[in-house]
Amino acid sequence: MADDPLSITFAALADPTRRAILARLANGAATVKELSEPFAMSGPAVSKHLRVLERAGLITRGRDAQWRPCALDATPLREVTEWADGFRRFWDDSYRRLDSYLERMKEQDDDD
Amino acid sequence: MTTDTTVSWTTPSPVEVALTRTFDAPQQLVFEAFTEPEHVARWMLGPEGWTMPVCEIDLRPGGRWHMVWRRTDGSEMAMTGEYLEVTPWSKTVQTESWGPGWASTVNTTRFIADGDRTTVVQTMEFPSQADRDRALGTGMKDGAEVSYERLAAHLAAAG
Repeated sequence: MADDPLSITFAALADPTRRAILARLANGAATVKELSEPFAMSGPAVSKHLRVLERAGLITRGRDAQWRPCALDATPLREVTEWADGFRRFWDDSYRRLDSYLERMKEQDDDD
Repeated sequence: MTTDTTVSWTTPSPVEVALTRTFDAPQQLVFEAFTEPEHVARWMLGPEGWTMPVCEIDLRPGGRWHMVWRRTDGSEMAMTGEYLEVTPWSKTVQTESWGPGWASTVNTTRFIADGDRTTVVQTMEFPSQADRDRALGTGMKDGAEVSYERLAAHLAAAG
């Protein structure tokens, strides 16, 4: 299994709960308790997701031993959004070119 | 009659992204356009300014494929992979790697015939959930900022 940065980020983002946690943290830092509430999950279950996000470098945890508020670190996400934008543009442009290429292929077929 | 040429993006599962697009051509022709090098190299080029000097496709299970793109300034990018499944005119499954520093994916392409039209569904599967709890390193941090608003929109779209 690839362990390049992009694969690690994708693996962390593969879970809808973790994506929702990041979306919440995009609005500001939050404690585990604050993050648990909207997801109807136990503290330990949320903590497990936070460990995955932390290992992927997507969040940082505060020093306060009791609360350890979580904050978003968007650096790895920038790489993913750049990749997604590039990917989308690649296929949009290619598909448009394929439309006219298929027309030419159809004409060739008619000539055969 | 015009074909709706909008690409639709969906996430069929937590580890998949799917692109769906309809083409105004019959299934066999579209399948050939996606799998025969002389055709692929003419259109699968992304934004203007790229060519595909290398396009090798060994279209059978276990067969390798290799594509190299070149920009006018001489810069190149390459992709390689292996075909896992080939069902003429209706389906291919292939691995795709952009090289070190890129995610490897498993790509399934379905060609769905609809009279004289064909709908192509390309599904990319990212590293599986089984792999996600492996020991993870952290990427290089260049301290660059992103717009949190744009990020939130991306995450909402991905959800």
